[in-house]
Amino acid sequence: MLVAVAAAFAGADWRQFRGSENTGVSAEKNHLPVSFATNHDLAWKVPLPGRGASSPIVVGGRVVVTCSSGARQERLHLLCFAAADGKCLWHREFWATGNTLTHEITAVAIPTPASDGRRIFAFYSSNDLACVDLDGNLLWYRGLGYEHPSTRNAVGMSSSPLVVDDTVIVQLDSPGQALVAAIDAGSGATRWQIGRQANAAFSSPTLFGGYALLQGKTSLVALDPRGGQVRWKYDYDVPYQPVASTATWHDTVFVPGMKLSALRPGAVGAEPKLLWTETRLRPDFASPIVHDGRIYVLKGGGVLACGDAATGRTQWQLRLKGAFWASPVLADGRLYCVSREGLVQVVQLGKQGKLLATSQIDDGISASPAVAQGAVYFRSDRHLWKMGKP
Amino acid sequence: MPRFIQALLTVVVTLLLIPSAWAVEVGDLLKTLQAVGPQSAGSGAAAAAWKELTRAEAAQLPTILAGLDGANPLAANWIRSAAGAVAEQATQKHEPLPVAELEKFLADRRHAAGARRIAYEWIVEADPKKSKPLLAGMLDDPSLELRHDAVAQKIGEADALLHKGQKDRALPLFREALATANDLEQVRLLAGRLKPFGETIDVARHLGFVLRWKLIGPFDNTAIKGFAAVYPPEQKIEPAGSYPAKHGPVKWIDHTTTDELGKVDLNGVFAEEKAVIAYATYEFRVAKHRTADLRMNTANAAKVWLNGKLVHEHAFYHDGLAFDQYVMPCSLRPGKNVILLKVCQNEQTDPWAKLWDFQLRICDKNGLAVPVEP
Repeated sequence: MLVAVAAAFAGADWRQFRGSENTGVSAEKNHLPVSFATNHDLAWKVPLPGRGASSPIVVGGRVVVTCSSGARQERLHLLCFAAADGKCLWHREFWATGNTLTHEITAVAIPTPASDGRRIFAFYSSNDLACVDLDGNLLWYRGLGYEHPSTRNAVGMSSSPLVVDDTVIVQLDSPGQALVAAIDAGSGATRWQIGRQANAAFSSPTLFGGYALLQGKTSLVALDPRGGQVRWKYDYDVPYQPVASTATWHDTVFVPGMKLSALRPGAVGAEPKLLWTETRLRPDFASPIVHDGRIYVLKGGGVLACGDAATGRTQWQLRLKGAFWASPVLADGRLYCVSREGLVQVVQLGKQGKLLATSQIDDGISASPAVAQGAVYFRSDRHLWKMGKP
Repeated sequence: MPRFIQALLTVVVTLLLIPSAWAVEVGDLLKTLQAVGPQSAGSGAAAAAWKELTRAEAAQLPTILAGLDGANPLAANWIRSAAGAVAEQATQKHEPLPVAELEKFLADRRHAAGARRIAYEWIVEADPKKSKPLLAGMLDDPSLELRHDAVAQKIGEADALLHKGQKDRALPLFREALATANDLEQVRLLAGRLKPFGETIDVARHLGFVLRWKLIGPFDNTAIKGFAAVYPPEQKIEPAGSYPAKHGPVKWIDHTTTDELGKVDLNGVFAEEKAVIAYATYEFRVAKHRTADLRMNTANAAKVWLNGKLVHEHAFYHDGLAFDQYVMPCSLRPGKNVILLKVCQNEQTDPWAKLWDFQLRICDKNGLAVPVEP
């Protein structure tokens, strides 16, 4: 029955970092709120038991979020709320089995959990990976930090897991042991594991044409999630520590780096064709979004830039307030941008960008919002909000 | 009423009367959970056992928590989350938790510290008034979380007396709190509280930081190859020895740090330089054999030897700093013990990659200084 319920909601879910399609774009229209200054658009708001830069996900009418707490952030929380009324359906708690040292503005709960609609895969900076069903029953638990103690970095292992069919891809780039692993979604066993260059990277794998795109310090690779084979590889001109994640649109891949590069992958084994590079579209920490032939990036200094996805030409820029760690989301022709200071700035997209509304929620927000079923979900270190119809 | 409807109703009523939680045989279920290991080993059986275990009665919570005693970290998460699910279901159904039994469990310090903390939180959730008397007896608790809260409570009591102008009554409470405080911020806070009373607290000594070292360097770490290289101090520590190093012969020098927490800034001792290695050694005595922790903080790659045996190594450079960043449980032998550190600087040129330093303390498992003689 649970599967049937989940399937019914599938189209409206937001199942992983930057949404079910991994693009940051929602198909929601017409119902989304714009201003959050009053309680008019607040469906519910609940306190959270710990910090987190992870985004909420929405699966089958349930909102799932991770937190970390304790003197050394060693307590890992996984919470599930009813999307309808914010009631806490279940709360699972674990103890970190790996490193919990992070930068003060991040948290051990920094990777966004993911779901295949039946299961939830909660991942943490300690490299603990827990799998539960939608009712919170524990199905398997991997202590990847316990198994690989030197796989860690000082800021936080922020890469979010990517679910491809029945495989969970985790990218563990680290100055210690670096690796990418494919975990069987059903059993938790490792299907394959490949060593990577020992460097810290903070970006998340992106789905493109059935392959998982992984950014490293010197190159972007496309891996076959079934066996880990490298399908193609693109070496950067200049080494770069990835933070913002790759965006995709049709047959084009947009790679953040010292410049934003647009690539067109071709045959297996062939290096992708470089379409254009543009320093003026270089994103800061937030991941770019591509929609309707335009690419949107949040640059340093809070500048939102819109470029032509085909040519890389900048079309317009708009200065927003604050610093941005959270990747924006796009829905109904609007971009929802949340600053670290907790300012939600909604920009109407078009030939020019127009700031529709600015609303203050909590300060200290690093998490990207989630959009599902006529509502926008935000989380801070203290609260989870549903903004939109109850 | 037709017979088949009567039969159907009987089945429905019977099903409704079956309790959703009952006394399950938790022993075998816990064994299944305790058997899980790395690489998802035992997960299939554990998932079934977990689900069965979560149908236990709330009264069985102390038994489930006892399953955490000696459990490996992965098994602990299976058991801990199952216990949480049982308590959660009881709360949702407004069923009472077995507070009296949980109090007995909490009082038994042989149980796992994490399990006792969970028991405490459930007790206090059921009856918030129990927090104060329970914490009053936990100033020296082996659970760091419980001890932290107990010390915080004691500080609060002393502060309240200070606020009322009752300094004479506040002073012994501050002293009592300090005697067992092992949290850095609490120790610092108590040092500040005691200062107006004319009592100077040496925070570094309270926490067991080593302040006096012998240092030698710099040795070469070009292309970070020195981390694996074996330089003369690793072969034999001779206080009067002289060895070829990166810029010519070097000798051991005495160094006493004045940092509040025993930080040794190697850039300040030697020239600020990249691709270098320094060694630090400390000789001390203890009266009899005992266990202890060596706890180190450093932004650099490092190796640690105790009495000639390598007890820790990590090849991370500029991977952040944290209190008790690297913890090394070890055994101290009666009489002389020797610690040797190797602290490596790489060639990164980033402004935040200048740090070349370390701190090390010798403490018990609760984080309080182990008494040592030079």
